[in-house]
Amino acid sequence: MASDTPAVADPAVGNVISADGEETRLRKFNINFGPQHPAAHGVLRLVLELDGEVVERVDPHIGLLHRGTEKLMEARTYLQNTPYFDRLDYVAPMNQEHAFVLAIEKLAGIEVPYRGQVIRVLFDEIGRIQSHLLNVTTQAMDVGALTPPLWGFEEREKLCIFYERASGARFHANYYRPGGVHQDLPPDLIVDIRRWCAEFPRLLDDIDNLITPNRIFKQRNVDIGVVTKEEAYAWGFTGVMLRGSGIAWDLRKAQPYEIYADLDFDIPLGKNGDCYDRYLVRMEEMRQSVKIMNQCLDLLDKHKGPVLLENSKYTPPRRGEMKRSMEALIHHFKLYTEGFHVPAGEVYTAVEAPKGEFGVYLVGDGTNKPYRCKIRAPGYSHLQALDWMARGHMLADVSAVLGSLDIVFGEVDR
Amino acid sequence: MSSKALEDLGQAILDRSGGRAQRFDVACEELTVHTTVEHVVELLRLLRDDATFRFNQLTDLCGVDYPERPLRFDVVYQLISYARNVRLRVKLQTDEDTPVPSVTPVHPCADWFERETFDMYGVFFSGHPDLRRILTDYGFHGHPLRKDFPMTGYVEVRWDDELKRVVYEPVKLVQEYRAFDFLSPWEGAQYVLPGDEKAGG
Repeated sequence: MASDTPAVADPAVGNVISADGEETRLRKFNINFGPQHPAAHGVLRLVLELDGEVVERVDPHIGLLHRGTEKLMEARTYLQNTPYFDRLDYVAPMNQEHAFVLAIEKLAGIEVPYRGQVIRVLFDEIGRIQSHLLNVTTQAMDVGALTPPLWGFEEREKLCIFYERASGARFHANYYRPGGVHQDLPPDLIVDIRRWCAEFPRLLDDIDNLITPNRIFKQRNVDIGVVTKEEAYAWGFTGVMLRGSGIAWDLRKAQPYEIYADLDFDIPLGKNGDCYDRYLVRMEEMRQSVKIMNQCLDLLDKHKGPVLLENSKYTPPRRGEMKRSMEALIHHFKLYTEGFHVPAGEVYTAVEAPKGEFGVYLVGDGTNKPYRCKIRAPGYSHLQALDWMARGHMLADVSAVLGSLDIVFGEVDR
Repeated sequence: MSSKALEDLGQAILDRSGGRAQRFDVACEELTVHTTVEHVVELLRLLRDDATFRFNQLTDLCGVDYPERPLRFDVVYQLISYARNVRLRVKLQTDEDTPVPSVTPVHPCADWFERETFDMYGVFFSGHPDLRRILTDYGFHGHPLRKDFPMTGYVEVRWDDELKRVVYEPVKLVQEYRAFDFLSPWEGAQYVLPGDEKAGG
């Protein structure tokens, strides 16, 4: 069992006698990496076994951010549960909500109005850019560059404001609802998002020019943490971790949900499966996301109409209706106290979240609360692979590998 | 995949498995195959290696608790076949004492998923390389996702300024944990409504 105190030497494992007769004592080290380390991306505690500077074993201790989401969900109604999903991968909150509302919709057999689907896809891609911006820039910071995060966070801030203008909250949006999204977008928001989509590629080119050809960044990332195709399958990798190894798989193409089947976008692939390729894939995915957002904005101009299912047990009545109709008022009251009932059954739905396949396994028992809701977070299976990915690498490479895994502890610990 | 194609696939799995899969069902356009504790490892190996199935990735593994059943736990494996672009769910039942053989030899990523299921439900996995708790606190007692584990838990922590360390104490609730009953009396409440007991008398 690993020691709790940092930098404790194991008993000497053997001595080496150099050419001039000097005897050098070799010691193995157990060190604690985190949970307060800035490159630990939150609250990760790694117990590293080192031979000199070479990593021999990594034992991630997770759960420091465990909040019992799945237990809490079993005691709350479906509508009360969507906000929990914002708090999982808090870097791209709406993508998580999407998986949950898709599960409810599949179990209950709800069709989402077209405009609602377009808005969902639009904000999925905003979330993807938010997540990738944070990841590629902090990955650069993990290996020593300070400027990229400052540039990236400025753009992230603008995206947070789009979140706020759509839902009222910068992060914990609770915007997606079973049957659509909570409210339509204000018209000037669509104009502003379009302007941002025109400006953002220039900033992206700047970041690209800053990091991609950078010699230090390449030295720290090329051929580090190489994953082969077979390993990617065996260790449950999804998303960029899979595509970085050259596997052409994206749920938006393979099992399209919402309107993804009608959109025109490409799936970038890596060749070598190392940290550098994963970085390149993320950069290109951001460009593709802007392309998708532009198509969504065009569709929003063309297709007016409801964004939330109308006249349904699953969605609230409109405010104006409640002023006149007693039934609407009762429905509103019952929806927000008792909540709606979802038919008994079980479903597994997954979305292509920025970090990989985010899935929800929902078991309903016909009441207003889920009987069981298992959250399948992509970061969980990526982090468990850190042990073999970092083995044989140097201590400094651990943070580079960790950065390219794209870990957010909200979703790993749940 | 259509329901018909899924039923054909389920039948093919049943035929090829040589009794390792007992039955299958298709609901919500998803295929579930039921197996038992003895057969699960070989079934998953067959599903991974057989050229007609090629379910080469374990997406997820979790437990579900049904305390009223004699075999109270479901262990659920979510598989995906990248070659066929189809998902499959494999389920088995077990209880607190019967260990489930670990599927880590077939799918190495089952390691942490099995640790989590052990942590949350107390399901044992035999042959697992390192069956420790994973998400709960160091020195935690009990299995929190069991239905008989209270929502508020048993212990709470606070910083003790005299001892200069964090101390664990039994949970003290200022107010009882409230579970509101919102079920409509005419739509699903299973008990006698207040006042109704007088109707018969």
